Amino acid sequence: MNPHRSGRWAARITAAALLLMPIAGHAADPAQVAQGRYLAVAGDCAGCHTAPGGAAYAGGVAIQTPFGALISPNITPDPKTGIGGMSDAQFLQAMHEGVGRPGHLYPAFPYPYFTKVSDADVLAIHAWLTTLPPVRYKIQSNQLPFPFSIRASMRVWNTLHFTQGRFVPDAGKSAAWNRGASLVQGLGHCGACHTAKNSLGGDETGSPLQGGVLDQWLAPNLTGDIHTGIGGWSVAHSTSQMTDQDRLAIATYLKDQPGQPATAPPAVAGAVMQLGAVVYDQQCAACQTARGTGVDGLAPAFAHAPGVLAPDPINLVRAVLLGAKSVATDTAPTGAAMPAFGWKLTDQQIAAVLSYIRASWGNAAAPVDADQVHTLRGSLTAAAH
Amino acid sequence: MARALPATDVVIVGLGWTGSILAQELTQAGQRVVALERGAWRNTATDFPTTFAQDELRYHIRHSLFLKPAQETLTFRNNASQTALPIRTWGSFMPPNGVGGGGVHWNGQTWRFNPTDFRLRSHLTERYGAAALPDDMTIQDWDVSYDELEPHYDRFEYLCGTAGLAGNIAGKIQPGGNPFEGPRARGYPTPAMQQPFAPTLFAAAARESGYHPFPQPSGNMSQAYTNPLGVKLGPCTYCGFCEWFGCGNYSKASPQTTILPVLTRHPNFTARTQCEVTRINTDSTGKRATGVTYIDAAGEEWEQPAEMVLLCAFQIFNVRLLLLSGIGTPYDPVANTGVIGRNYSYQTTSGVDAFFADKNFNPFVASGAVGMLIDDFNGDNFDHAGLGFVGGGFMGAAQTGGRPILGTLTPPGTPAWGAAWKQAVAENYQSSYSFSTHGSSCSYRGNHLDLDPTYTDPHVRKLLRMNFDLHPNELKMSAFLTDRLGEIVQKMGPRQLVKHPRTGPYSVTPYQTTHLCGGAVMGADPRTSALNRYLQSWDVPNLFVMGATAFPQNAGYNPTGTVGALAYWAADAIKSRYLKSPGPLVPA
Repeated sequence: MNPHRSGRWAARITAAALLLMPIAGHAADPAQVAQGRYLAVAGDCAGCHTAPGGAAYAGGVAIQTPFGALISPNITPDPKTGIGGMSDAQFLQAMHEGVGRPGHLYPAFPYPYFTKVSDADVLAIHAWLTTLPPVRYKIQSNQLPFPFSIRASMRVWNTLHFTQGRFVPDAGKSAAWNRGASLVQGLGHCGACHTAKNSLGGDETGSPLQGGVLDQWLAPNLTGDIHTGIGGWSVAHSTSQMTDQDRLAIATYLKDQPGQPATAPPAVAGAVMQLGAVVYDQQCAACQTARGTGVDGLAPAFAHAPGVLAPDPINLVRAVLLGAKSVATDTAPTGAAMPAFGWKLTDQQIAAVLSYIRASWGNAAAPVDADQVHTLRGSLTAAAH
Repeated sequence: MARALPATDVVIVGLGWTGSILAQELTQAGQRVVALERGAWRNTATDFPTTFAQDELRYHIRHSLFLKPAQETLTFRNNASQTALPIRTWGSFMPPNGVGGGGVHWNGQTWRFNPTDFRLRSHLTERYGAAALPDDMTIQDWDVSYDELEPHYDRFEYLCGTAGLAGNIAGKIQPGGNPFEGPRARGYPTPAMQQPFAPTLFAAAARESGYHPFPQPSGNMSQAYTNPLGVKLGPCTYCGFCEWFGCGNYSKASPQTTILPVLTRHPNFTARTQCEVTRINTDSTGKRATGVTYIDAAGEEWEQPAEMVLLCAFQIFNVRLLLLSGIGTPYDPVANTGVIGRNYSYQTTSGVDAFFADKNFNPFVASGAVGMLIDDFNGDNFDHAGLGFVGGGFMGAAQTGGRPILGTLTPPGTPAWGAAWKQAVAENYQSSYSFSTHGSSCSYRGNHLDLDPTYTDPHVRKLLRMNFDLHPNELKMSAFLTDRLGEIVQKMGPRQLVKHPRTGPYSVTPYQTTHLCGGAVMGADPRTSALNRYLQSWDVPNLFVMGATAFPQNAGYNPTGTVGALAYWAADAIKSRYLKSPGPLVPA
């Protein structure tokens, strides 16, 4: 990361704030608006619709898909460049059917999940969005190559991968399970990343939530698998922003999802373990501690960590090559980061140290292959240029 | 011609410890704050990661983290009979540069000054009589008391997670702590660090001598810590690369590891890096600051108007900006009038090297603030009657690093290079040790700062000129402290002991310490101080000057704890009184 960037971001954020004129609040039910805000945060609309350093919800984030880049639109209530002119019915149609003003929307906008969100919740989100400061910022969303640039092509995709319809509760399950299921399958659109994709970008329906790779990141297994999923997790460790009640509901649902049967991983060669231990002691132990326990809130623990034991080690390799930074939030502002080691360690050293971590302190996962490190190093370096 | 930017509430010059503290306090109070920093932005994992932070050549020898003298330097002379010349390579002290300032590359030694330090002239006059103080000694009271600062020391220590063992909680002396310290409301936020072998032996020898050893208070973490802002620090690994280096382990308290993660999230906060402030602007009356002028990395000149200006740069650069901006009356050492540049002081350090026959000290197991010290000879903790000097310092065994280039102590008589030198380094690396004293520095008429008549910076502005020499009071004190330290070390049974008391004249070449103090000091009288007790300029009430610039003289401690406490003290006055009714907080 550019070391100067944080300061510039702060500067840009302030500059953007200065440009925005305060506007009179939209005449809306305050309870509905508050509910809409909660849901929009829970669904992480900002994740795609707020660019780093840009105005909130004014879009402009490039979303890399295997088919090309899509640029997220402006969803502030600006009538010309945002969604200011949209009626409730049009907003419902976009969220539930994937059809907006330009015609068919692309499923990078996860309407196959949002279709499960109730009308009341969708309208609450719309009510809240209309209270935002309008930002005039024109986005050219569709930058895909032919034939994907033809929006009507999504009709075909929809017949294969899209089932419209609201979430239907399972009467045989608890209220918490159903609430969790509705969030995971609907607004949370968890499977958009955590379910593997087929060649057309549709969900692999046979292995929901068991992990997927997108843009050279692994979105890990969320099912009840003890080793590679969250089966061994205490449900206290969920992410921020949602109410505890909703987080517990999601955990209740996810831990009830089936995983894959466990198989014993192959043993790691002694020479690899020896090299890995040397690299670990010299490069990793200062932050991760000699026993891999990490430091709560700064450096993650390695023992029994599903992210460490995932069958595809792509995220581990990526972190060692490029470094990594944790997300800062208002309640956990530290945002600790790990430096890059790609310039310092060879493919063999990286493979050995990761194999060592995946086979130490009670961990048991397949060794990491130096060829995989080599390949990823090449593609990540290419992506950076 | 500078282009004017939109006005802001507060502009801060320099984003180190004090700039970060004031920015955090004032954005929380609803103020829009713009911080201007002439160095670069710095993050722990990208700018001083564990992958390359421990590089003695890059950081210690080649000064990678510091200001480049080509950007700005100062000229130096010992006294008015000499012609000052520019410092072209830093030596005696290391001016910081970049976000985090000196807070990035300090050792983490986090002290409080003694209660008597804050009313030094009154206290010494009461105890020893006015005649005990030399005529040209200009020490004075701070017009703020230890008791007033105590809650603000506490805030700074809890921000940093300072590791230590209290010696005095609410007047009750605590076993194992420093019994001479002022009363603190509560203990340190984290336990003292683990002590290496040599400090443990020193503590035993000091105890045997009837003294009171205690662990050095440390801004390097003895354990993981979450500060009141919610920012987390990790446990120190005792790698021994603190001073001169940034900490890649999130283990050393710095603006990066304690405040900036929260501050940079605040929408009212803006930081502009690589922007050098060239002037504080005032209106036609000269009594009100209108903002600052600065030059950005592209060489463009900008004016940042603001309701309030906070000078938070390194000590000498605060003084220079005041002089260049024509704020306050420059000090005249002949007439002893004026206040800007007055009472420049430093720190009087010395050491004892000892060579043992039968010890393995493992000097590389180190941290910037790990060690066992005594305070029996600091401040006025001992009777100075008949000694011929005032002041004092702490002393002891502090293990800051056993680094490969400079951690090569050899006995006197060893050749400086070649096979005999290599053999001596190998023989003594594990079994030699440098013990140190950390003495006070009184202020004097001749020791002052002004603008150089000859030399200028790249913007053709006059450089600052430092006029400084060691006075007999400090030299006698250093000899006394070094002798007392030598007596304790002798009890540890070295085969050879070499004392290095500070001797004059002062030289800017060998590194001593970066504790530069004074030049725009605080006090009760506008004729002898530039700032009132809230660090507010007597002349320009919407200007506040932070940092050791305000110290009327320096005590026998590292200054950062007091710098932090004064920053919170001033922030408190600004928030609770100044913002409600802008104007002088103390009638002139």
